[in-house]
Amino acid sequence: MTSKIWTSAAFAALTGCVCAPAMAQTAGMSDRLLLTGGVSEVEGAAGGGLTPWALIGGYGTRDQLGASGYYTHVDTDDYSLESFGALLAVNDRVEFSISQQRFNLQDVGASLGLGSNYKIDVTTYGAKVRVLGDAILEQDSWIPQVAVGVLYKDNNRDTLVKSLGADHSDGADFYVSATKLLLAHSLLLNATARLTRANQFGILGQSGDYKPEFEGSAAYLLTRKIAVGAEIRTKPDNLAGLKEDTAYDAFVAYAPTKNLAVTLAYADLGNIVVGDQRGLYISLQAGF
Amino acid sequence: MRHENLFMGDQIMYRIYRRTNLSVSLAALAFACTAGLPALAQTAGATSAPTAPTITDGTRLFEDFGGKPGLVKIMDDFMDNLLADSRTKPFFAPADQAHIKAMLVEQFCQILNGGCVYSGKDMATAHAGMGVTEGDFYALVEDLQKAMNKNHIPFASQNRLLAALAPQHRDIVEK
Ligand code: HEM
Repeated sequence: MTSKIWTSAAFAALTGCVCAPAMAQTAGMSDRLLLTGGVSEVEGAAGGGLTPWALIGGYGTRDQLGASGYYTHVDTDDYSLESFGALLAVNDRVEFSISQQRFNLQDVGASLGLGSNYKIDVTTYGAKVRVLGDAILEQDSWIPQVAVGVLYKDNNRDTLVKSLGADHSDGADFYVSATKLLLAHSLLLNATARLTRANQFGILGQSGDYKPEFEGSAAYLLTRKIAVGAEIRTKPDNLAGLKEDTAYDAFVAYAPTKNLAVTLAYADLGNIVVGDQRGLYISLQAGF
Repeated sequence: MRHENLFMGDQIMYRIYRRTNLSVSLAALAFACTAGLPALAQTAGATSAPTAPTITDGTRLFEDFGGKPGLVKIMDDFMDNLLADSRTKPFFAPADQAHIKAMLVEQFCQILNGGCVYSGKDMATAHAGMGVTEGDFYALVEDLQKAMNKNHIPFASQNRLLAALAPQHRDIVEK
């Protein structure tokens, strides 16, 4: 039920916003500067690796469309996570994303009696609206670019996640992100506050009450094409007996051209049912 | 068109707020985020009318750009890039390129605390009625970055100059 509401809200927004203004655009695409649309975070929104930023994805300016698509693979000690999706940006103002997170339980699946390589799929619908500021241009002001967004997560393993203690399989996260490029310091900072009840990014459904979580990213620009940085993301811990931890990553992002970005990271996702899940994160993004 | 767009976005968010009754907490979070950003030291000095403020923290910034001869070389490459870039060519091809380059050298020299006094027009007057878009502005920045790279200007120093120039978009970009 809620799933339907959110899906239709997302698509009403998509059709409503895209058709009218976007089709009338005559300007080109892709005029913003390299890496200023961020990359695609694991839930499909423009951001870092683990957290959405206030930047609008793609390279479209205030009178252009932007778009990007991505594929991400994370290989931790006991699992693998694939994430892929696309986003559409209108006038550097609104961003709509749709993505899939495919979580492979590998041998843990077998030990839970689900068979090895059991997969949980989450489909995530995202919308983000930039509400104030310009992270890139307003270099004489400390006001960050601020965006609010929603990520609705539709989990396909209703029975499983409920048997693990989730109250619901599907649900929405709400966030506000503040991003600022401190260009004189070659530094980009982001802070995101998220209201969520998602267990393990939504892979294990939703439990308990909405709680605020904090996410932070810092990236240092080494060249026009290369940024290095680190991120932190706190998460709820609502499933009895299945401890959940804060996630971290350290990354390098490289954009050889405007249409391509490669992100390599080392991620520590903490305990996910078993063990401490660390491993390599690689992401490819095509942007316009 | 942009306004309709914004309005749509706001309406959607409004419905989201209503449905979940989270408006107050989201607003509080937004405030906490904005207010909580660290107040790092500003690098730009006081405003001086026709161009961006001079960066006055007494570093070797001007030397990083190779002094005035360095700026002259950068501007030659910069203008070549602007004329080779289909987005900026229509603006610069018919203009007095030698004059613009000379003015840019003066302007950048003043911003970089190189002891020059910029004698050209203020940015709003110089760009009035040109219809410069945000995309054109970014195109020019990209062409400048490439010229600075070609002249081996340290990236961090490039960014200090660009940070001083960026706010001028308000006087240059028209829509
Ligand atoms: C921060 C960015 C910019 C800076 C610092 C800048 C600086 C200048 C300066 C110093 C002049 C000479 C003023 C004078 O004659 O006294 C000038 C003129 C000019 N600028 Fe810019 N400019 C910028 C952005 C742009 C952009 C984005 C465009 C178009 C794509 C543009 C197109 C022109 C043209 C065509 C002229 C010559 C105007 C004339 O013939 O009188 N500028 N600019």
